[in-house]
Amino acid sequence: MIVGEQKPIKEILNMTAPHHRLLVLGCGTCVKTCFAGGEDEVAALASLLRLASRKDGRSLHIEEFTVERQCEDAFIAEAAEAVARNEAVLSLACGAGVQAVARRFPRFRVLPGVNTTFLGVLEHRGVFTEECSGCGDCQLALFGGVCPFSRCAKKLLNGPCGGSRNGKCEVHADTDCVWHLIIERFTALGRLNDLRTYVPPKNWQPSLSGGPRKLIREDHTL
Amino acid sequence: MKTEPASRLERLLSQGRFVVTAECGPPRGANGDVIRRKGALLKGAVDAVNVTDNQTAIVRMSSIAAAKHLLDSGIEPVMQMVTRDRNRIALQSDILGAYALGIRNILCLSGDHQSFGSQPDALNVFDIDSMNLIRTVRTMREGGTDMSGHPLDDPPKMFIGAAANPFADPFEYRVLRLAKKIDAGADFIQTQCIYNLERFKKWMEMASGEGLTEKVHILAGVTPLKSAGMAKYMARNVAGMDIPEAILRRMAGVPKENAAGEGIAICLETIAALREMPGVHGIHIMAIEWEEQVRPIVEQARLLPRP
Ligand code: SF4
Ligand code: SF4
Repeated sequence: MIVGEQKPIKEILNMTAPHHRLLVLGCGTCVKTCFAGGEDEVAALASLLRLASRKDGRSLHIEEFTVERQCEDAFIAEAAEAVARNEAVLSLACGAGVQAVARRFPRFRVLPGVNTTFLGVLEHRGVFTEECSGCGDCQLALFGGVCPFSRCAKKLLNGPCGGSRNGKCEVHADTDCVWHLIIERFTALGRLNDLRTYVPPKNWQPSLSGGPRKLIREDHTL
Repeated sequence: MKTEPASRLERLLSQGRFVVTAECGPPRGANGDVIRRKGALLKGAVDAVNVTDNQTAIVRMSSIAAAKHLLDSGIEPVMQMVTRDRNRIALQSDILGAYALGIRNILCLSGDHQSFGSQPDALNVFDIDSMNLIRTVRTMREGGTDMSGHPLDDPPKMFIGAAANPFADPFEYRVLRLAKKIDAGADFIQTQCIYNLERFKKWMEMASGEGLTEKVHILAGVTPLKSAGMAKYMARNVAGMDIPEAILRRMAGVPKENAAGEGIAICLETIAALREMPGVHGIHIMAIEWEEQVRPIVEQARLLPRP
């Protein structure tokens, strides 16, 4: 899923300061799962903003609304009436959702309320970890199903670096060294010697380095 | 294929000489005198001098420029190159430029992560890793082409070095990774500073068991400790550093004013032990901002005069 976290309240207050009628728009998919932008977070943020504006003597009317997915026009359309009643939209979706909403409502200011951070998994309750950076050319087969592009601080293809210690990364003492995990995987599979194979430089073309990407599924287009 | 030695360092190693290299960190500024001054301290005391590439991710004079200053002072440089800051286009271009300036030794590294430096907000590039860089320099030398396969006009023929850390985890894998670096094209290896001789010896035995010490020249790294505080700091905070308790106790056990002398004594004992180890073809002295100590160390280790 796409993982994100709500922006600091101060930043949100600054961003929304010029507006008197604000729609806080949630998204019921990824950001809901990571507690950043679902219905519950919309309600909590809205009350916080109401409180803060009252304290500052600022007139601010807030409306709450949550759609199933902000990255799909058919769902965004459901918010049209609510948007029309306000001056600006504070979107709690990921960056893609914010942009899709902005595209749909060209005459309204659309502000991001969430910092979109990564593609990850729910490690355990309340903890999410990055696992993929959508490089466009998945090489997990080479690395025993553990991705060094997204999980090694130096993107090493032939790791680990000299700083790996007790299985932890030199950059973050509380993060597993991904190369340690890769070695563990290969050891468990009894194939450690496979790691002797040289991995050539990555082709970054299918990644973001080629500009924004597009996926066309002919069999699904109209 | 390679025939003529690319550099003096290569020639000495191929003659079976026990070599000595040291390290010189470029200044945080454009003052070439700093390099010349450090160079003068090292000239004649060592066979080649490593020039670090923005080490610890702090902006310094480029390693190419600093290496050229050394060359002009009659000192053979080993240009360090990290993959942290430049993509493959810039790296290859700089290798060509360095060679054109007369630089003949290169040490291929990934580099310290930028979060340890003075500008943690910088993008880390890591387009390729150190293994890929080693292979690239070898392809230039032996295939005569750049990474795209395009033939080079006067391809650079560098003597290729790589780093190895016998103390990082997982230990068993360290030898496999050394083998991988040799396969990729490393001619010589400079190791992390050695304080744990026992562990280093075990690593050397494993490497020699795999036949690796026959294929590569291993230069064992040493760093004289200046004080008990430095020893403790390094043991705790420097990634991949292994300083045994006994050494920490020794450094803490002498009065402050004698600590530097004790550090040098430990360094000399380490060098003596390393010289006895089969497969160790030289030492690499990393006296960080303590270059004036290199000549006395080499002298007291009875490694002077240099050839
Ligand atoms: S190799 Fe690419 S697509 Fe596969 S997990 Fe890693 S970043 Fe994601
Ligand atoms: S410690 Fe491991 S994860 Fe961290 S940078 Fe080094 S190889 Fe990558």
